[in-house]
Amino acid sequence: MLDHDILIIGAGLAGMRAALSAKELGADVAVVSKVHPVRSHSNAAQGGINAALTDRGDDWRDHAYDTIKGSDFLGDQDAIALMCQEAGSEVIAMEHMGAIFNRDEEGRLGTRAFGGQREARTFFVADFTGQALLHVLYEQILKAGALVYEEWFVLSLIVRDGKCGGAVMMDIRTGRIEVVRAKAVILAAGGLGRVFEPSTNALICTGDGMSLGYRAGASLMDMEMVQYHPTTLKGSGVLISEAARGEGAYLLNSENDRFMLKYAPEFKELASRDVVSRCEQTEINEGRGLDGCVLLDVRHLGEKYISERLSQIRELAMDFANVDMVKEPVPIMPGMHYQMGGVKANVDGETGVPGLYAAGEVACVSVHGGNRLGANSLLDTLVFGRRSGIHAAEMVKSTQHVNVDDSAADDDKSNIQQLLANDKNESFGQIRLDMGTAMKEHFGVFRDENGMREGIEKIESVKKRAEDVYIADKGNIFNTNLLFTLELGFMLECAESIAVSAADRTESRGAHTRTDLPDRDDVKWLKHILVSQNDGGGHELSYKDVVITDWEPVVRQY
Amino acid sequence: MEVKFNVRRYDPESTDAVDHFQEYLVDMDDSSTVLDGLIRIREEVDGTLSLRCSCRSAICGSCAVRVNGEAGLACNTKIIDVLSLDGKTVTIEPAGNLPVIKDLVVDFQPFWEKIKSVDPWLQPEGEEPEAEYLAPDEDMLHLAGVVSCILCGACVSDCTVMEVDSNFLGPAALAKSYRFVGDPRDDSSQQRFKTLNGYGGVWDCTRCMKCVEVCPKGVAPMDRIMALREQVMESGYKNTNGARHANEFTNSIKHSGWLDEKKLVIKSFGIFNIKAMIGLIPLAIRSQRAGKVPPIFHKNIPGVENVRRIFEKVETKK
Repeated sequence: MLDHDILIIGAGLAGMRAALSAKELGADVAVVSKVHPVRSHSNAAQGGINAALTDRGDDWRDHAYDTIKGSDFLGDQDAIALMCQEAGSEVIAMEHMGAIFNRDEEGRLGTRAFGGQREARTFFVADFTGQALLHVLYEQILKAGALVYEEWFVLSLIVRDGKCGGAVMMDIRTGRIEVVRAKAVILAAGGLGRVFEPSTNALICTGDGMSLGYRAGASLMDMEMVQYHPTTLKGSGVLISEAARGEGAYLLNSENDRFMLKYAPEFKELASRDVVSRCEQTEINEGRGLDGCVLLDVRHLGEKYISERLSQIRELAMDFANVDMVKEPVPIMPGMHYQMGGVKANVDGETGVPGLYAAGEVACVSVHGGNRLGANSLLDTLVFGRRSGIHAAEMVKSTQHVNVDDSAADDDKSNIQQLLANDKNESFGQIRLDMGTAMKEHFGVFRDENGMREGIEKIESVKKRAEDVYIADKGNIFNTNLLFTLELGFMLECAESIAVSAADRTESRGAHTRTDLPDRDDVKWLKHILVSQNDGGGHELSYKDVVITDWEPVVRQY
Repeated sequence: MEVKFNVRRYDPESTDAVDHFQEYLVDMDDSSTVLDGLIRIREEVDGTLSLRCSCRSAICGSCAVRVNGEAGLACNTKIIDVLSLDGKTVTIEPAGNLPVIKDLVVDFQPFWEKIKSVDPWLQPEGEEPEAEYLAPDEDMLHLAGVVSCILCGACVSDCTVMEVDSNFLGPAALAKSYRFVGDPRDDSSQQRFKTLNGYGGVWDCTRCMKCVEVCPKGVAPMDRIMALREQVMESGYKNTNGARHANEFTNSIKHSGWLDEKKLVIKSFGIFNIKAMIGLIPLAIRSQRAGKVPPIFHKNIPGVENVRRIFEKVETKK
């Protein structure tokens, strides 16, 4: 049995930030990740990180209001205020650790404009900000000598008398299964993009953390709020950063019209993401698309500017769409990108299950509500990663380990034996594809009652088939076939919770747009939907009022 | 189109654990990538095939493999661009210079150890400012070209020095070091130069260009190594084989218009380095036998004054 004060699951920005802050306070910290830290999906954040720096004349209250309006008034205003207040110091801390950031003429940090915000307050490293920050945190992890279990897969959380006391995990390289005893476990395992097909998300984004938290007794909140990013490439679903529009790109339909002028006269292409995605889908549905896409045009920015600030996405468009953005517009479409919901957590990461914390995309604080603003996700991971690490480090000082021994791994071991012994013939690849396609069809940009009911039935039948997945690889060493099958179980649980939450919300708000109920209903629905597991293993829904402090909900226009 | 993937397999747990090639015939689109093909194989044809992959958009660095013998990312390599002469075959092997764990999965531990050994974190001196450090945008843009390294290991896979000398820090770690040496906020260059100037450091690169060729992100590690060499010398490390080699090389060309190989060897090691001089004797004998000994009298080439003029021009420009 392994033993630590704090076990952090996930080594992206949230996980590593939590590890650093907890280690600074002297806690014995270990991070576990199914991939090496620098392979984490935080890499994929291209555009930047938001912060209202007062020495630039910006105000955190403006950032907070843009975030609240972006969330379609579903975000909790106390949490949003706190995130926006701490944003500046977090960005400066990253710069001090070594993040390079683009600069202005005076050598200070430069900013670019981003969607849904009235100020240019997005700090950035070209168009690979996430990768740049992820590598800096990994450097700091090396410097601090923090322990990382690289390429270990977490199978389950250990809960005794309602308290979380560790996790069971498998070394992917050897197949060895170990129990880790920990006084605190911080979930920082990221999102669930692969539940949808296609998705901008990496293949590792399989909702592991959300599912682990749910099985351990935590609630999942705002799960119906799934962000469709306005600019993704057809087929592969590869992301083209919002930075393109932040730098001035146009969106054009088949008639060469800048259609956003019509829908969002003030913000135009830089309205918030849910709005732009809906407008694009409307254009496509009404016959003004091109082969299911609209066009993203940056030609007027010129080659020099593009190669200085948008070099990576230019490469992506060349590699994955055969288009040089300098010469022609690139066809794009809305694509599944981010899960606003997740394991319900407070501003210190506490989930309600003693000993269990959550931070980053896996968590729902809720600072994104119905729709996340671009460049607020990196901020979310850092602010709440750090806070969770600090809170957990303080908590473990006065906490005893729960009673755990090696037998805690017995269930997982026998489950894996059973999976490997299965002689049925379903393939995980086909099942994942069927699940993803159903989720896209019934829980995509536009939803309605009948479609969602049909979607729920499809997920149920897919879940049944998943019991018969055949695992061809029977080995212990790097058995990715087994891992994918385990991930499929996590994904199906996430898919179900998205579906039941979406079907329950009888209004349109943020990313949840119902064609049969197109209006926002502030009388009935200024509340979060929570999904938890009941004693019989089924879903149970409950509700929590949205926290409103200074900003009363108003009609949302861009 | 039908594509024949010729994949090198290795299963350490099988009774006859030897590596071998396995063929898979898969139907792919013209726009498909090598990674699309490998994923299709493991999802639809053979679930036992192991490989690392994640982001599918050339940013996570997981899927470096050798395609037709050359390292690259599977995810941004289009099949149609790498088909062999028969128009249908692609050969996939694990990345080189790292031990294979299973199939296309290699052990990255030696890679990370090298990265760690260059102290890869910013080391500023003095008191931290309250706001950000001030730094020119050009410097940061220049660094962005190195910071964009995704640590995929393609350069290490195909490095011709690492193939024969496991002690070489290698292109990835040296480029990482350059990222800090070139950072105006970092104050530890002198310390870093000590490592870089040592055994396995910047002087062990043979300038074969392979890392520049295979890097999927345009980091050009070799160029960074060359820049580090200059800085190492400028910082005062002139009394090393590498530095003397570089100096004598320049002197020889400037003086005679071509390389005096005898003098280069002697000057690089130092004539009073008796041990090295004796060590060179077998090489001298072998060269003699192969008819490759340079002429005893090193004459100037015709038009040497033109070569000197080039030097003058370059040196005054500096």
